[in-house]
This record gives sequence, C-alpha cells and structure tokens, in this order.
Amino acid sequence: MAKDSISARGDLRLTRITKSYGDFTAVDDLTLTIPKGSFFALLGPSGCGKTTTLRMVAGLEEPTGGSIHLGDTDITTTRPYQRPINTVFQNYALFPHLTIFENIAFGLRRRGIKDVKEQVEKVLNLVELPHLAERKPMQLSGGQQQRIALARAIVNRPALLLLDEPLGALDLKLRRQMQIELKWIQREVGLTFVHVTHDQEEAMTMADTIAVMNEGKIEQMGSPADLYDDPETAFVANFLGQSNLIKGKIDANDGDNLVVDLYGQKISMSKKRSHAVDNSLYAGIRPEKFRISRLGTPVRGNTLSGGRIEDVSYIGVSTQYVVAMPWGQELMVFEQNDDGVAPFNKGDEVNISWEPNFTFGLRGDEDVDAGTEVNPEELEE
Amino acid sequence: MSQKIKDASIPTIPVKARFSRWFGRNLLRIYMIFGFTYLFIPVAYTFVFSFNDSGKSNLIWKGFTLSNWQNPCGAPEVCKALGNSIKIGLLATIFSTILGTMIAFAIGRYKFKGRSSSNLLIFLPMATPEIVLGASLLSLFLVFKINPGFWPTVIAHVVFCISFVVVTVKARIASLDPRLEQAAMDLYANELETFRRVTLPLVAPGIAGAALLAFSLSFDDFIITNFNSGTLITFPKFVYVSAARGIPAQANVIGSAMFFLALAIVIAAQLVKRKRTR
Repeated sequence: MAKDSISARGDLRLTRITKSYGDFTAVDDLTLTIPKGSFFALLGPSGCGKTTTLRMVAGLEEPTGGSIHLGDTDITTTRPYQRPINTVFQNYALFPHLTIFENIAFGLRRRGIKDVKEQVEKVLNLVELPHLAERKPMQLSGGQQQRIALARAIVNRPALLLLDEPLGALDLKLRRQMQIELKWIQREVGLTFVHVTHDQEEAMTMADTIAVMNEGKIEQMGSPADLYDDPETAFVANFLGQSNLIKGKIDANDGDNLVVDLYGQKISMSKKRSHAVDNSLYAGIRPEKFRISRLGTPVRGNTLSGGRIEDVSYIGVSTQYVVAMPWGQELMVFEQNDDGVAPFNKGDEVNISWEPNFTFGLRGDEDVDAGTEVNPEELEE
Repeated sequence: MSQKIKDASIPTIPVKARFSRWFGRNLLRIYMIFGFTYLFIPVAYTFVFSFNDSGKSNLIWKGFTLSNWQNPCGAPEVCKALGNSIKIGLLATIFSTILGTMIAFAIGRYKFKGRSSSNLLIFLPMATPEIVLGASLLSLFLVFKINPGFWPTVIAHVVFCISFVVVTVKARIASLDPRLEQAAMDLYANELETFRRVTLPLVAPGIAGAALLAFSLSFDDFIITNFNSGTLITFPKFVYVSAARGIPAQANVIGSAMFFLALAIVIAAQLVKRKRTR
C-alpha cells in the first residue's frame, strides 16, 4: 500500500469529502477534480474549509467521509509520509535546528535518494539563494524563508504541491513579486500546485483554475476571468471584486436574450449569463463596466436614467463615483481617466449605460450582501 | 533654551540635586550590587575558607594554604561521601530524566482520560514538605521490609526529581510548534524518524536542563536522604554531621569546586547558544 501510494501520479480527485468536528461541518460533501499540471487555487474566507481540505489531501487530517484519489490510487487513509505530496506551510515550518541545506535535503534523505548534494544545489539555484546553504532558518528574512520552504517541497518533485497561504506573512510588495515567481517556478518544474488563499487578487494572479469555497462547499469553479465576468452566486460576485446587484423581474424571453425590468426600466441581457431559477433575478454589473453620461447625450446599450452623483473620489487611474438611483439604491461606477472629459460633479443628474453582454444574472432569492463583509486582514486560519 | 546654555553665567545645579539625579539614574544598579553581594557573600566565604590552614576546625582564619586543594580527600570519609552523592545523583538523574521526559510527552502531547489530574498529581511531590515525603518514604520502605541504604535513597530521589523533570520538559514541549512535526511527516519521515530527527533534537535543551536540575537537587538533598540512607554517608550528611565538631576545609574545597563546575556549565551553555543564533 505504502509503496504503491508513494509513486502515484495523475489527477487529484476528491469524492464526496466531508470533515466534521462534533456538530461543526468544516468540509461538506465536496467533490472536486484537480487536473495534473495545473495551478489550482482554493479561495475563500476564513473558516470556509479550504485549509481543512488541504490538510486532508496532505494526510494531516482524516476525512469523516468520502475518498481521495491520486490517479487511480486511493490515498484517503494513507499516512502523510506515504503520499507523493508536499506542503509549503503557512509559517514555513522550517526545522530551526538544521541548516538550510539539511532542511532541503530532509525529504531526499528520508527516501534514500543518492545525489542529495546535486539536487539541493539545483533547487537552491532555482530559488536564487545558493549562498545561504549553511545558514540556519532563523538567520533568514521572511521572504528568504518562504523560498526555502518552497525549495524544500519542490526538491522532492511531488505529484502534488500544496501551498497553505504561502505568502500571507510577507509584506505587500514582496507578495506581488513572489506571486509572479511562484507562477514562473510552477511552469518551470511542471508540478501540480494547489494553492489555498483568502486573497482574491493572489488567486487571480496565479491560478489557472479557482474554486471559490464558502461554508465547506464550493460555490463556483472556473478560470479567473469566468468567475469575475460571470459569477453564479452573490457570494462569488462580491468576494471577487465589487458588484452592483439590482433587483429585477424577467419580462420577456426573446431567443438568446432576456428582457429584464429593473424598477420600471427595461434592459436586456444574454440568457446564457442568467442563473435565475424563476422570474425574479438580480442583474449584476461590475462598477468598471458602467458609463456615466449627461442627460441628453446619446448612449448605446442598456441605460438606466434618473441617477444623481452622490460622491466623487479621484484615485489617479480612475475616478470612482457613487450614483444614487430613483429607487434608493446607490451604484458604484469606476470611470477610467483616459478620455479628457471633464469629470462629473456631486449633484449632477446623469444616465448610466453599459453593454448588455456585461450583465450577469443571479437568483432573485440571493443574499445580496453575501461575501462582502470579509476583511482579509483579520483572517488567520 | 539653547540660548541659556550658551550663556556663560549658567546657574550651576546644586550638588544635592545633582547627587539625587545621579542616584535616581543608578538606583537599579545599586540595588543589583546589593542583591548580588547578599547572594554571593556565603559563596565567597566558602571559597576563601577553602584556603584556610585550619587544622581541625575551619571557623577562624589561621593563614593561607593550598594544601586543602592539593589534597581534597585529606579529611577522613569526605571523598567517600562525595562518591556516594555523585553515584546517587547520577542514577537518580538518569531514571528521573527518562521517566519524567516520557511523562512530559504523554501529558504535553496526548489527550487521555485523567490527563489533567495527572498533570496536577505531578506537582504534589514538589509541594509536599520534604520532611513529610522523607518520613513517609521511610515507613513505606519499612512496610515492604526494605532496609534504608543506597537503593532506597536512589528511589526516593527519583520520586522528587521526576516532578521537576516533567515540569521543565513539558514547558519545552509546549513551546514546540506542532507544524514542525507535521512538516517532517510531510517530508517522508515516519513517526519514529520524526521523533528522532525533529522532536527530540528540539526538546533536547529542555531535557538537558532538566537533567542538570535533577542532579543538583539530588546531590544536595539532605532531609529525604537522612531518612532513607541508613548508615550510608552522602556529602550533605557528611557536612551536617561534621558541623558539630568542625567542618574540615576539604568540604569547602568540594563545595567551591561544585560551584565553579556549575558556573562553567552555565557559561558554556550560553556560549553555545550565542554561537548557534549568530
């Protein structure tokens, strides 16, 4: 069993994985396939079950139900050291009593690999820290420790590399740099990376595929662009970027398009992008998709009239407006500062327009605030 | 303000005020000097009188000699007593360190029924007055018809040393990040290898500290030893008995030597630690 599982390769398949602690269900009937060679992100707020999922894949927690397969091998109950899976821990967990060289060599030595020195030197060159081999972890900066933790894992060339909030402890600038480097290293070594994070920007920068998790379940899975442009739930719409969600009713069903009534004003949208189950729906439009125009200016696409500028924030690349609509809702609008047009002022009467194809539709019974009250800074799992 | 300082006719601060300011700044230093003086005068006294050309009683200074240091076993029985104390100390240290470390791991790492009560019970030998512990151990040995002597003393010392070992090692285990062991398992080390290569090396300083503590506790224990050792003479017993007719200067030699040995160990440990963190 052990010998078999250690050489397993292929896609990672989680089938109906459940993990409960007493009454609390951390991971709830989760089914997921992560293709070999991909950079996959599990994204969600604190307590959504993403870290628990990762620990079950690593073998550090045992699922209450369901199974985990790597290729054709069932690894659900194998010990962590019997799995061809390595983890980059959140706080790196470098062995403080060993040198950097011995930290990286640890996994190779346990498996009785012959050319330890050569392989460690190669991976130290990959992370560009060959001069630190004889230091102790405590003598390294946070960014250096992060790279050593990565090197210690990838030197084993695991079938699967797990990253648990690997950049959480770094400052913003270093984080951006490491995001790009991680992505580059993943391409270079060609391993499957599974990355757990609460930072939507980090997930979108690095991952090919993102699974957004909430309360132990996957809300939606897809490429960063799919998730952003066509979110299926209010949670996803709000957790990934900002959204304007306007309550409406489906009026007519005209071939590929829907006509939607938003407080008496008719708009159209693509039928494919509606996830409504009945006539009621929320029309969703991202703030940067809106255009603001003065009354009487001709516009294309969907238009909502009767808006009044409530607030103007100039932030360099764009100007952010808050526009109050006749039905009492305030909409966010981001306008690029690229057309030399004089900005609007507080109190201006305006129309709002957008391309019909940018609209996405959510079920009418959604909680429009889901996923908005998450403060990434306070998250610590 | 700066204008005033440049002025040649700056009013000088009165001496009294200057002194009180100096005193305020150095109060902690003065207090420290007094504190250390208080602590080390007895040690210094012992050290100085180890050079006393004393003859029978080592109470009055009679002149400087090195003969006590050249011949530490000169006084009758002193080295035999020392040998017994070292033997008992080493045995008690070995047993209490092994058993105590195992208990510390059990309490510190695993959840089991009766964990919190055993955690509490471990403190009892520390809290029990030595005189009570010594007397009850003696009566226990007598009930089992074991005569006081060498092994009963070792067993008695293990009893009270274990508590200190458990407390010391447990503190070290508590400060150990469990993720380090998880990382080792993640890197293909099985349970045994993880313990040997990660857990044990990281807990080792705590175990070493506990062993030193156990040895010094055992070495200078008098009360419990007095109950359980019978006719066996240990170093503290020797000093106590000879106090009645004058402690030989050789006792001072051995006492001072022990002090400097302990000091050397502490300094060496500090140096190693500093070298490691550099």
